[in-house]
Amino acid sequence: MDSRNLQFMFYGFTAAWLIIILYVVTLALREKRLKKELDRVKNMVEGGKH
Amino acid sequence: MRNKAIVLLALISATLLIYVLARVFFVLPDELNQGAIYRIIYFHVPGAITGFTGFVTAMIAAGFYLATGDLKYDRFSAAVTEVSLAFASINLVTGMVWARIIWGVWWAWDMRLTTMLICWLIYAGYLMLRRAVEEPTKRAKLSAVFSFFGCIDIGIVWKSIEWWNTQHPQPVLSIRDGGGMAPGMEAPIYINLVALLCLSACMIMVRMRQEAMSNEIDSLRRTAHTI
Repeated sequence: MDSRNLQFMFYGFTAAWLIIILYVVTLALREKRLKKELDRVKNMVEGGKH
Repeated sequence: MRNKAIVLLALISATLLIYVLARVFFVLPDELNQGAIYRIIYFHVPGAITGFTGFVTAMIAAGFYLATGDLKYDRFSAAVTEVSLAFASINLVTGMVWARIIWGVWWAWDMRLTTMLICWLIYAGYLMLRRAVEEPTKRAKLSAVFSFFGCIDIGIVWKSIEWWNTQHPQPVLSIRDGGGMAPGMEAPIYINLVALLCLSACMIMVRMRQEAMSNEIDSLRRTAHTI
């Protein structure tokens, strides 16, 4: 592979992958927070019924 | 069923992405004038098309919301817009890196780049608006308006390189009568497009699952309030 511009080519690919990874991490964290909240509210409703 | 579809789409996407990366780095030769940097096209173009496909889908869903008043279309539209903005960001950022080498600057205010930046700002504004407005019906209507304006801009972005004399290159893909790439070099663009579309569909399904969870939480809160 031609070494010209190789550094910037990797910058480009790294940026693209970083955006994908950051978004996936954001989705995962949001899912975790929602699950936790859902369990909390479910327990609250169950507690209220008894 | 939904979880299986998410896993399947993620697997298809990962397989295609690995295949394209291997092909791009180990099989394809450098471009005569640009050297190695031209390989950015394999994320730059599929990122744009994936983003635009999502934005148009979101506008259609917003239209369904306006026609029916059913908020499920609004939630779908919001999920698709959020995911598509990530892919539009890939297009913008990779384009800047490419421009730094080919044009010697990170950014040029030509019509293609400017209209694409406006597109990105419209959809970023769309997401900020959804956080700011709490009333669901008002939020859905305003979001639909943003979505329609965004799609008008997408049409301008798409045609800008034909309507104006831009620094950005004219079409190179054969599907737009460009024909500026060898077939062996062009094919991985389409394969990566399929990979990114699968990844985007996978992310949208995860977002929709999260929307369903949010609804369940709201519903349970209302129940708890009445007990």
